[in-house]
Amino acid sequence: MDAQTPRSVGANLLIALAFLFAGMLLVVPLVLIFSIALRDGVGAYLNAILEPATLHAVFLTVTTAIIVVPINMVVGAALAWLVTRFRFRGRNLLVSFIELPAAVSPIVAGVVYLFLYGNQGLLGPLLQWAGVQVMFTPLAIVLVSLFVTAPYVARELIPLMQQQGTEDEEAALSLGATGWQMFWHVTLPNIRWGLVYGAVLTNARVMGEFGAVSVVSGSIRGQTNTLPLQINLLFNDFNIAGAFAAASTLALIAVLTLLLKSLLEAWERR
Amino acid sequence: MNKLLISAAAALALASTPVLAQPTDILNASYDIARELFEAENAAYAATGATVTINQSHAGSSAQARAILEGLQADVVTFNQVTDVQRLVEGGYVSEDWSSDFPHNAAPFYSFPSFLVRAGNPKGISDWGDLAQEGVQVIFPNPKTSGNGRYTYLAARAWATEEYAGDEAQIEEFLTKLFANVPVFETGGRAATTAFTERQLGDVLVTFEAETLAVVELMGPDNYEAIVPSVSFLSEFPVAIVDRVVDARGSREIAKAYLDFLFSPEGQEVAAANFHRPQDETVAAAHAGTFPEIRLVTVDDAFGGWDQVGSEHFADGGLLDRVFVNQ
Amino acid sequence: MAQHRSKHLLPGFGLSMGLSLFYLTLIVLLPIAAMLLKVAGMGWPEFWRIISSNRALSAYRVTFSSALFATAINGVIGLLLAWVLTRYRFPGRRLLDALVDLPFALPTAVAGLVLVTLFDASGWYGQLLEPAGIRVSYTQLGIIAAMAFTSVPFVVRSVQPVLEEVETDLESAAMTLGASRWQVFTRIIWPAILPAFIGGCVISFARSLGEFGAVVFIAGNLPGVTEIVSLLIFIRLDEYNYEAAAALAFVLLVVALLTLLASNALAAWQVRYVDRKS
Repeated sequence: MDAQTPRSVGANLLIALAFLFAGMLLVVPLVLIFSIALRDGVGAYLNAILEPATLHAVFLTVTTAIIVVPINMVVGAALAWLVTRFRFRGRNLLVSFIELPAAVSPIVAGVVYLFLYGNQGLLGPLLQWAGVQVMFTPLAIVLVSLFVTAPYVARELIPLMQQQGTEDEEAALSLGATGWQMFWHVTLPNIRWGLVYGAVLTNARVMGEFGAVSVVSGSIRGQTNTLPLQINLLFNDFNIAGAFAAASTLALIAVLTLLLKSLLEAWERR
Repeated sequence: MNKLLISAAAALALASTPVLAQPTDILNASYDIARELFEAENAAYAATGATVTINQSHAGSSAQARAILEGLQADVVTFNQVTDVQRLVEGGYVSEDWSSDFPHNAAPFYSFPSFLVRAGNPKGISDWGDLAQEGVQVIFPNPKTSGNGRYTYLAARAWATEEYAGDEAQIEEFLTKLFANVPVFETGGRAATTAFTERQLGDVLVTFEAETLAVVELMGPDNYEAIVPSVSFLSEFPVAIVDRVVDARGSREIAKAYLDFLFSPEGQEVAAANFHRPQDETVAAAHAGTFPEIRLVTVDDAFGGWDQVGSEHFADGGLLDRVFVNQ
Repeated sequence: MAQHRSKHLLPGFGLSMGLSLFYLTLIVLLPIAAMLLKVAGMGWPEFWRIISSNRALSAYRVTFSSALFATAINGVIGLLLAWVLTRYRFPGRRLLDALVDLPFALPTAVAGLVLVTLFDASGWYGQLLEPAGIRVSYTQLGIIAAMAFTSVPFVVRSVQPVLEEVETDLESAAMTLGASRWQVFTRIIWPAILPAFIGGCVISFARSLGEFGAVVFIAGNLPGVTEIVSLLIFIRLDEYNYEAAAALAFVLLVVALLTLLASNALAAWQVRYVDRKS
């Protein structure tokens, strides 16, 4: 069953099937995006991407990711540290609550934020009194993005840290390291790939989030449209090539993300 | 990274608090199919020397009203339904007498539900009755979320009321058949159009005449034909200033100036060029060739006003639900 | 907590606990509490009327049955992919491995746009399927396709590590004792990967239940036929019917929580299995 033994007919058949499924399910959609995006030529494609509203959507999407990813990396590491290094009452409940945002429909994510920050929501009167607007601003987009990606880093780190155990860290402490020294020199190097992988997934989800953002964004052209919303808008503007051009940028990000992830895994193996 | 976070947070805070001193931009929350119209109107407005930036947000008219109630900072609304402005009045965002703030009941232009068919009209669609035929697929947006869809329901009902001399059983039978012929209910008017044109779904699209004519112009008469039914329902597109927002931002003057422009001959000309029927008689006469004659019933004549329509037809469990949801 | 602290060898309990609780409260619990308050404010009869209305029941049926079918498809394809990726070495294996994550990385709205273009009557797949009388776009098949696409990696990624761990020497031992390949699979491999397989399917099911972006593009969104719960919530919001939106969101939230608890229980079962083995 390793590289040396010749494969049976059945094995070859299974491999062929796997490639067939992967091709139909995964490769063909990618090819389709680029073929439609480039249907009117490279010039038209570049024009579609460099259109100010689309560029602004790229800017907003990237800015959101730049804010959300580091926050969720820090909190994800803290969460993972907490649940893998300490036993305390309510630990299992905490783990379930960490996971909840990723398991729930993104529409529900949008709805709960609307019920909290909307004018008719729980904090609405307070916010109005203070003159702070949250809903339909980029801030709301950042908040729902934090919500939907809250579990991603912790989910990568928890099994990893559980498996690694605490010996290294205890050794560092017994050698006189402070807590921070231990974290920077022992824990962080041990979990760095898991942390980066979690960040990569968080980034992908933030950039691609549609349902939750569509509830809390006012869809103001050139202001609160993220890239997925912009794709929807272009499609509804009869600008199919433009929509697919914008989609191709996200698909490109997806492919780069996967590439980065495989490289990291290869690196880690070495 | 901390610095970055702080400056990003500051930028966000800045973006999310209303600017108090002399705003130079206003937000126009508008209905779904008005995308091209307001792109043209705003360009024409800029050409008059106005320096204010008009930002646009487009979605179903009702969704926009809800967004404003929840805090969307729109200075003006340009809706396709009076009931949606009424929602804002109830919420205290728009003054009671908004419809007298501008001429023509504050509706600078109007349209009505009309038909768009594929070239050659293969299914021979000419009037509302044809839409309920077996084997005809009809596309129009969800009347629960789209003003466009609600107008379609009201227009179809107005036709049926005349056709069946007010026999409610026959009217409902017709409407049930009509709704059963719809393969997909999009939430907004434009999504319905793209379903018809891009996804080649359905035999006839029912949407505002403004949209049918625009599609014929954009995609060519060799692909689509606009068909005008024997009777339809007057759809006035009201505009209003959102008092609570303009008072907070100090943008009332620029908001009012912008809406005034829509009623000016220049604004009316742009509307007519974008297939919205203008109120200005001179402009209307100049575009008479574009807009065929049509008999339009009004909400007051056929349904006893918007309030009655709301409680009788569109409320949960109302007449619309009898033919749409509980089919 | 003070009494706990004395027992901890490692530092950072207070800091990580404080940060975690603060963040979870602010970002996750507070918004959910706002929704719960909305639900609590409506009273039991009203709540029951909304969540048991015909339209809601149809939406549950469409959503749940589609998610079940999608999960079944993913179970088969996911198991196949995991098996091929762990058991064979062949050119393009790494590429295939990377591709599996594509649905995670590809935004769901893009996925929806692409699927509907593929399965349309004039699309690459639609051209082949429609003459055969199979309509995918705007039918429940489309919903299933969208759900299956967005959640296929879960099964693969759950099963893959366990499959790698299953002792090959145990298998060869069984083989030398005269067991057939099929016996090895059903007696040794299958029991070992079953918890992970079910766990992956459960997560895939949960994700399918919640999928929105991809589904709304390809579903016909016809009430009672192709309308999913998430869309019904969205529509209720647009109709200003906040009570209904809150009640339905609550239902989805409870289902998600139950699914999570089930999957965590399975994970615990799996840990016990691994412990017992070693």
